[in-house]
Amino acid sequence: MALSASDSKIHHTSAIELRGISKFFPGVVANQDITLDIYAGEIHALLGENGAGKSTLISILAGLHRPDAGTIIIGGVERRLGSPRDSLLAGIGTVFQHVLLAPTLSVIENLMLGGSWKNKLDKESARSRFAELCGLLAVTIDPEALVGSLSLGQRQQVEIMRALWRGGERVLILDEPTSMLTPQGVIELGHVMKRLRENGVAIVFVTHKLREAYELCDRISVLRNGAFAGQINPDHGSGMGEEETIEQIIRMMFDKEGQSDSTVDNGGTNVAVRNVFADSQTRSISVAAKEVSTIALPGECGLSAVSFEVARGEIFGIAGIDGNGQKHLAEVLAGQRDLATGQIELDGEDISVLKVSERRDRGFRYLTDDRVGEGIVSDHSVATNLVAKSIGENPYWKYGFTKWRAIFSFARRQIKKYDIRTPSERTSIGRLSGGNIQKALFAREMDDNAEIVLLNKPTYGLDLQNIASARDRIREGASRGITTLLISTELEELIDLADRIGVMYQGQMVGIVEANPGSENRIGSLMTGASLN
Amino acid sequence: MTSRYINIGRVSELARSAIRIIAPILLALVVGGLILVILGKDPIAYYWYVVKRGLLSWTGFQATLVRTAPLLFVAAGLIVAFRAGIWNLGVDGQFLLAAVLVAAVGSPLNTIIPNWAMICICFILAATIGAIWSLIPAYLKANHGVNEIITTLMMTFIGISLANVLIKIPFNDPATTVPQTVTLAVEDRLPRLFDTIIHHGVILGLLSVLFVHFLMTRTSFGLNLQVVGANPKAAVHAGLNVRFLTYVAFGLSAALAGMGGAVEILGVWGTVRADWDPAYGLLVVPLVFLARFHGIGTIAFVLFFAVLMIGGESASRRLGVPTFFVLVLVGLLLMFLAIVEYLDHRWRQRTT
Repeated sequence: MALSASDSKIHHTSAIELRGISKFFPGVVANQDITLDIYAGEIHALLGENGAGKSTLISILAGLHRPDAGTIIIGGVERRLGSPRDSLLAGIGTVFQHVLLAPTLSVIENLMLGGSWKNKLDKESARSRFAELCGLLAVTIDPEALVGSLSLGQRQQVEIMRALWRGGERVLILDEPTSMLTPQGVIELGHVMKRLRENGVAIVFVTHKLREAYELCDRISVLRNGAFAGQINPDHGSGMGEEETIEQIIRMMFDKEGQSDSTVDNGGTNVAVRNVFADSQTRSISVAAKEVSTIALPGECGLSAVSFEVARGEIFGIAGIDGNGQKHLAEVLAGQRDLATGQIELDGEDISVLKVSERRDRGFRYLTDDRVGEGIVSDHSVATNLVAKSIGENPYWKYGFTKWRAIFSFARRQIKKYDIRTPSERTSIGRLSGGNIQKALFAREMDDNAEIVLLNKPTYGLDLQNIASARDRIREGASRGITTLLISTELEELIDLADRIGVMYQGQMVGIVEANPGSENRIGSLMTGASLN
Repeated sequence: MTSRYINIGRVSELARSAIRIIAPILLALVVGGLILVILGKDPIAYYWYVVKRGLLSWTGFQATLVRTAPLLFVAAGLIVAFRAGIWNLGVDGQFLLAAVLVAAVGSPLNTIIPNWAMICICFILAATIGAIWSLIPAYLKANHGVNEIITTLMMTFIGISLANVLIKIPFNDPATTVPQTVTLAVEDRLPRLFDTIIHHGVILGLLSVLFVHFLMTRTSFGLNLQVVGANPKAAVHAGLNVRFLTYVAFGLSAALAGMGGAVEILGVWGTVRADWDPAYGLLVVPLVFLARFHGIGTIAFVLFFAVLMIGGESASRRLGVPTFFVLVLVGLLLMFLAIVEYLDHRWRQRTT
């Protein structure tokens, strides 16, 4: 894809040059041969889906990971970034997505943290540095205010100051800086970024939101599957218009192999889509959400007025970039979280106030994405975990007494049926691999009485073979008539499995799309907020 | 081949458990012995005297068994709490307050109702008092996520002072010079076994530990509590009522500790004096840990410890070692328990 036409404009000085950066994790290629120049005095957006390799790349720049191959050239000299300190010394400051300030300390104290422990706290010089940075960023913050009393936007400004405090004068990396901000906060951040650009700082701006990237950034690089997928120069003055640019970015982010430009509009014609929902005569609605909203704590994404209906036996995909309300949606459906307003119906019956176990009795199953955190009790045996959601029920309990022998033999059968690789049914489940833990959870949720299953990122983090078997299991379940709600961040998976796909963006379901090859772009533009204005 | 693999796995697992239990005890005894040498005492003589007076002599052995009774009740309470992931370190307060109330009502009650009814009521009262004294930590933990280690320890602190107030003001027996409650006559206390000084509380203590062990390992209720204890998020995910189960675990644990207080008063003392605080709870904590919350193991360790306490008292007197040297041994035991646990954990991580 020859999209680097705009490189020839002015002569730029490179702040950082990445040459052939690769990083491998067991079973995953996180970054593959990435070559990228970041210029001084530009705002450079780094775009890509979940798992495209953005986080790995910025971790390498921040000194948290070392690349397995490739070189990093800073100011014309090859540098080794072996630790976060090396990165700071090289002039690279990083602001991570989640605020890492101590809320009970004042702004100035937070900024002075991490200084040499030998020296006395020197507030005077810290204060003058603070005033200098306030001037540079054109913000006003009381240095004595407690960080806990600041708004999220202000906290982020403090984070940026901290990144600039020691180093960061060359490159400033902002990892999804707008995800927690109000629209006003985003505007202020834009001003701060422009001020820094004027001072010759290169800003790497990691985001999922295309419009922001378009509006705020000078250049946009796209990663896909760990590799560099293309670069674009949003020419704010002339050339391509906004819509055209965004469309092109979406294609770079989501299209298969970058050669499917021609199939964008006629996708789906060659595939017989099994569509249970379309036939309004025979369909029966199994699950319905009506204007469901939740209350979000700071840092969470709540739901606002999410509505959808799913027909019996349908696979309904729920797409979206991580952190756009999927977690709340899953928990509210499973009964683990209270809804603020709205209603959830199962077979036409309002189940909004039913508890987790009552929903389970009605055939609702939830396979969590937080497998180790809440899915399993890791110190307990595989057998216990296989029955953990039906403790006290027949046939493995009678009058409250546990029939361990029956549980163990049941567990042995399940281990065989679901091919769970474990030394024994008595082994602590925490000692199994992620893929085998997921098989055990599938075994627990997809039982004979399951009618509706909600699968939250069921293949996330699994190897290829386990992904394939998980997908087979989902298909097999649907063919048995199980209604499936499939939350995933991988478009390819959703299009492969689902009948229809609802797209989450900032806690709203912004669209429901028929799933067929070729709907990637439509979904991609919905989930990046590109089709909203 | 698979079964062979599992067998080898089980055997090495057993051997490892044995080492994990025996190593801290041996290390504590060896280092304790070294301390005795430094003090100029003969460690062999001390330990031999402990065994002789605590286990091998008939009166000593009876005293040892009598001492196990309150320890077993406290241990049962700790097993419930620890298996449910609740660090109820307030058993001493629960124990002491229950003991004071039992001592206060036992004697007057005995004059109006039959002896067996008085004993039953005293046990129920003790359980209730213990449970009530755990309510505040339970509420703070269940509703506000406040760490129960701190709150239960604080409640013990308050409980000890409150017990003193109760003994010195409302329940004081005016007939005595030292502030203490009315004394329950010896013939009205817990009946004894045959011709011994061993009272029935020992049997009840054993039963309470066995009951708790059965409850936690063989019933759905116990498994629910264990899930809450091992991973509260998984418990919420599985649809358990974590808040309710937290209250229940606290209540049950504290009730058993309170019954320990009843057993000690009805079986041995018949009264509570001001400033009496045996602080059995914190002594039993390491034993329950050593036994990995297992009922039978706990009984064995409680017996071992009772021998150490009773034998240690005589040995100290005989050899001129301070009586609290037993506490030094307990401290060493705890320390080595933690070290061995840490090493085992490291070793496990390296091999899996």
